[in-house]
Amino acid sequence: MKKTYKIDVDCAACADKMEVAAKRTDGVKNATVNFMALKMIVEFEDGADVHSVMQNVRTNCRKVEDDCEVFI
Amino acid sequence: MNKKQKKMLTRILVSAALLVALNLLGSVSILPATGMLRFAAYMVPYLIIGYDILRKAWKGIRNRQVFDEAFLMAVATVGAIILALYSGSGDYLEAIAVMLLYQIGEWFQSYAVGKSRRNISELMDIRPDYANLEHDGILEKTDPDEVEIGSTIVVQPGEKVPIDGIVLEGESTLNTAALTGESLPRDVKAGEEIISGCINESGVLRIRTTKEFGDSTVSRILDLVENASSRKSRSEDFITKFARVYTPAVVYAAVALAFLPPIANLITGNAAGWNIWVYRALTFLVASCPCALVVSIPLSFFAGIGGASNAGILVKGSNYLELLSRTKIVVFDKTGTLTQGVFEVSGIHHNEISDDQLVEYAALAESASSHPISKSLQKAYGKAIDRSRVLDIHEISGKGVTATVDGHHIAAGNDKLMESLGANYIPCHSVGTIIHIVIDGQYAGHIVISDMEKPHSKEAIRRLKASGVRKTVMLTGDQKNVADSVSASLGIDEVFSQLLPADKVSKVEELLAAKPENEILAFVGDGINDAPVLRRADIGIAMGAMGSDAAIEAADIVLMDDDPLKIAKAIRISRKALRIVSQNIVFSIVIKLLCLIMVAVGMANMWIAVFADVGVMILAVLNAIRALFVKNL
Repeated sequence: MKKTYKIDVDCAACADKMEVAAKRTDGVKNATVNFMALKMIVEFEDGADVHSVMQNVRTNCRKVEDDCEVFI
Repeated sequence: MNKKQKKMLTRILVSAALLVALNLLGSVSILPATGMLRFAAYMVPYLIIGYDILRKAWKGIRNRQVFDEAFLMAVATVGAIILALYSGSGDYLEAIAVMLLYQIGEWFQSYAVGKSRRNISELMDIRPDYANLEHDGILEKTDPDEVEIGSTIVVQPGEKVPIDGIVLEGESTLNTAALTGESLPRDVKAGEEIISGCINESGVLRIRTTKEFGDSTVSRILDLVENASSRKSRSEDFITKFARVYTPAVVYAAVALAFLPPIANLITGNAAGWNIWVYRALTFLVASCPCALVVSIPLSFFAGIGGASNAGILVKGSNYLELLSRTKIVVFDKTGTLTQGVFEVSGIHHNEISDDQLVEYAALAESASSHPISKSLQKAYGKAIDRSRVLDIHEISGKGVTATVDGHHIAAGNDKLMESLGANYIPCHSVGTIIHIVIDGQYAGHIVISDMEKPHSKEAIRRLKASGVRKTVMLTGDQKNVADSVSASLGIDEVFSQLLPADKVSKVEELLAAKPENEILAFVGDGINDAPVLRRADIGIAMGAMGSDAAIEAADIVLMDDDPLKIAKAIRISRKALRIVSQNIVFSIVIKLLCLIMVAVGMANMWIAVFADVGVMILAVLNAIRALFVKNL
């Protein structure tokens, strides 16, 4: 299952870090961050609880880039 | 400007003003040249401008994310301040100015990116805000998402058509410029299909919706454009990987620069010169920021895709823009791509029965087919087809059909069909598609159907050649003489005719195998019958896609109208974007390297380093925005 989330982040390098952080989150099969469109497209693993996975994605993104937001 | 940008601008102005004031005070000796008071006074503008960078660097260290820009800037400026304090020079200006210039650069970058983001979304301003839902004769403004299939909506003059549907009542002209980039208006009247995203210009239209908003043309296009830059190009991947290796590398290089020369000096018995080398190392860090690359490359692609969509060319991803720019071979489908695909009966020869009757039999026999040929026969017949008169229809792919009409056994098709039936047919010398008719085993004559070239096809081929396409190829299921005459008149290099749909795929595969690895082969088709070929080619370009879901699905690049000139334009747009990308890559890396070398040998101070960094970034961003302007390509 794929879902698209709006994000807010200031720099392209930070967006790239968010992408890596999101990809490494449990329950996420793949993630792409589109800095220009300010969107994160997350592909979840089967049976993953979308809401709690996204909470973790947000926490992990905050770890690598303090000044970012994922609108869940 | 958004809130963040405004706040940043205030911080920049306040700390710049403070810095100037402190320097003036210093020059008239009110502020002492050394000592703690001076240090404390200078720390005020430094913290105003740099507190967020310091905090970010600190958090980065705690989260083991050390090698980012904030870290580089924090280490460089704090290092310079400690150096000034330690050496007693009291020259804090440099460190603060570096931080200030860095923040100005960041501010500019965020402003420019935000601005182009807005520009591009304005270009694609086709999203309808509401639909006028008709409910018991009363109009109600509704969210388009909530309109169900089969509802009746009303579109007033000046409004956007929100959802795809069929016109029930009314007549109007539609402005499709937002979808196709073409200003030529289209007429619609009752009974015709209408697609969302057009602007209703003159009359009131009542429309029965045939799709949900989410499946309507306008949503699909917006979805496609908004997600386009998620498919990353090789250049973007390169930059991402480059930045991941580069930043740690320069940090280690800076550490080496700080320690190795002084230690070497100590060993050889000279003065260590710690001050000089630590300062150089810090300057090295300032000069090394990779932001020019990291920002400008995705921005160039984004702008290129935005500019293209404004011209009615939808590119599904940065990677396709990149491939398109390397296109050397363009393979065309003939019908509907280079020719209008509107066939007309242009002659009836050697018939034993009357013209009308021959056409009637042919039209009835072909009535089950949706091929343009059968449509043109039905048009020539001119009356409604009574399907009950037709039995046992068999389509023979690439040959024709056989059917029983009014009890007569009819075979209608090309020379191949005649040969396989063993009919005693008379070949035709006219250029066009020939439909021979056999009635109850007896040859009854043939109908000539011909297609018109599109007015821009010839110019389109010429422009493709001019923009560096090496070879043009035309594939068609049509007969050899038709295909040869079309390709000769258009100036196409190679032509393969009489192909079955499956042959087109294998022909494209042959062409793919024969070409050099780095040349890209693009296939241009009308997207309805050509989906497998569109997928097989390096890049599939579908044209005339307005309202065709199949084409939007299968192709990598979608031309909203069916003007073949757009193909050359798309290639030019991609070339321009890619030219900008390589300019930016080369320019940024060369300046960076030069600057790093100058710093290492002591020819540049921190001022020059930060100017080089911010200046390169601003130039690269401005250059990237150029990709948006594609009007005159």
